[in-house]
Amino acid sequence: MKQASPGAAPTGAAPATGVSRRNILLKVGAGLNGLAALLIGVPLLGYVLSSFTRKSQDSWISLGPLDHFPQGETRLAVYRNPVSKPWDGDTAEVPCWVRRIEGDAFQVFAINCTHLGCPVRWFQESRLFMCPCHGGAFYEDGSHASGPPPRGLFEYQHKVESGELKVLGGHLPTLAEPL
Amino acid sequence: MLRSIALWLEERLHLVKLFQATGGHKVPPSTNSWFYVFGSGTLLCFILQIVTGICLAFVYVPSTSQAWASLQYLNNQQFLGWFLRAVHNWGSIFMVGIMTLHLVQTFLFGAFKYPRELTWVSGCFLFLCTLGMAFTGQILRFDQDAYWGLGIGASIMGRVPFIGAELVHLMLAGSFIAGETLSRFFSLHVFVVPGLIIALLSLHLRLVLTKGINEYPKPGYVVRKESYETEYEEVIEKTGVPFVPNVIGKDLIFSGFLIVAIVTCALVFGPQGPSGPPNPTLIHTAPAPDFYFLPIYAILALLPAYMETFLLLVAPVLGIAALILLPFYSGTGEKHFRRRPMAVVIVLLAFLTVGVLAYLGTFAPWSPHMDAWSGAATPPAYVKGRTPLELRGAVLIQSKQCRNCHSLGDEGGLRGPALDTVATRLTRDQLIRQVIQGSGNMPAYGKNLHPAEVTALVAFMQTLRPSYEPEAKDSSQQANIR
Repeated sequence: MKQASPGAAPTGAAPATGVSRRNILLKVGAGLNGLAALLIGVPLLGYVLSSFTRKSQDSWISLGPLDHFPQGETRLAVYRNPVSKPWDGDTAEVPCWVRRIEGDAFQVFAINCTHLGCPVRWFQESRLFMCPCHGGAFYEDGSHASGPPPRGLFEYQHKVESGELKVLGGHLPTLAEPL
Repeated sequence: MLRSIALWLEERLHLVKLFQATGGHKVPPSTNSWFYVFGSGTLLCFILQIVTGICLAFVYVPSTSQAWASLQYLNNQQFLGWFLRAVHNWGSIFMVGIMTLHLVQTFLFGAFKYPRELTWVSGCFLFLCTLGMAFTGQILRFDQDAYWGLGIGASIMGRVPFIGAELVHLMLAGSFIAGETLSRFFSLHVFVVPGLIIALLSLHLRLVLTKGINEYPKPGYVVRKESYETEYEEVIEKTGVPFVPNVIGKDLIFSGFLIVAIVTCALVFGPQGPSGPPNPTLIHTAPAPDFYFLPIYAILALLPAYMETFLLLVAPVLGIAALILLPFYSGTGEKHFRRRPMAVVIVLLAFLTVGVLAYLGTFAPWSPHMDAWSGAATPPAYVKGRTPLELRGAVLIQSKQCRNCHSLGDEGGLRGPALDTVATRLTRDQLIRQVIQGSGNMPAYGKNLHPAEVTALVAFMQTLRPSYEPEAKDSSQQANIR
């Protein structure tokens, strides 16, 4: 392939030279814009898809002193989402069910049904958790009793520390990422 | 004077050329039909949604701490705010409805066939985007239903293998349903999806101009790739009429009625919601979706658990692919629905399925009635003349929350069978076994009932039968006697 050297003829003098210079400019221009697209695009994708590079932010959260939870009963407890933002409003409050079996033996369940995340309600008399959405039911120990849920209730890791009940929380429990 | 202004503008903008290439383009006279008004009707709804949406965004605050309050403000204090919210809501309902009619009409009239494949494909994506607008819009009405609706969306995402947790995080824009979640959905509803719709719509309309509008199909006319375009051009050349002013009349009349219908619904029914405040600690709520998602709500309750994840994640992909690829496996041949019986059957089956599921979704027989145990009365006939033991059972059937799932006298849950005639179906032994061990969808109550309570409960249930029907008998016992 023959090519006139860029300095040899002024633009427009020979059509062939003009075309080839235009080609070079086009290629340089396109290349430069490709680079620019990468410079913007990579950080942009990183920003939008940061979900794929994040690390777990779970931490130990206090649910209050032990005497809030009577022996043998199941009570609703609320904690504040440890990663909440000032503009979260009420949504920063996360409810959960605390079952005090006896003494320091606890079970703490997420409020979310394992089927599709609706809030399960505790029924003291029949000792069942029932879900209002699709009719899932769970026994008092969180195991699956009936209905469409694929497993028992999500159960928090917990510990008793200096007279307080603490759970390890920090995300919405789902089948992909239980507690 | 006016004429000279018009000429001045024409010289610069070439308006005559523009008109001839767009509104004035020639269409087959057979398209001057009432069946051809749904596309423009959908477009009108979209424009109405943009206008009302912009106005609502003047006031609405996309923040989880204030969205609900700003909706209350719109409903009750902002002058005509309630009206704009109602029009936006009813506009969305009509948009989904008219768009569905448009889809069904183009399907039954074979409009997707050669050479209008891209028109169909872009239309399918427009349909998906519109459903996306419906879902994200429901989230912006940030109330209890929206909050738990997000939870349901996250739970579905959480079933995706391998990257489920990341998808949940991406959808919620964080670890919980919180401030950033609403901001994300606001951005989708107001910028991303409408932008996509405008781009797709431009393609859709461009294709209507380049490939023409589908002629009214005739039974017996067969689309062939070799000859169709020449035949269509011949029709246009010989009999074609300009869309404006010859054909647009019916579109205008339909659009006029559409606006009247939307405004009437808005005035009569008013704005929808917001329901209770989006506070996750208020758990005494029974979240339900807007009507377009009732069929999905229903199918999620009715599917057997083992096929649920498959049907949630794979079936929609297959179904949507089959819809989008339709012109590529059925692109030629007969167009008229009388010669395409399977097409008619598919439409009828689809409407029947979606209709029945939506109907079931309106009263959700699979959900326990959470207040029936304390709120529903025991029919007097069922306590009249009963022994103290049986009466104790009648009290237990309330206090043990049996009626959340079982109805008596048409009051109570429909999750389990009604108990009005249970004694004709189950013997004493079977009743005891069922209560203690449960089975199917019934939990076992063995641990939660004292033996004396079981005795009382079963004694009461044994009285539940009409006088003219005998009680259930244990056939194995009788066989032994003989």
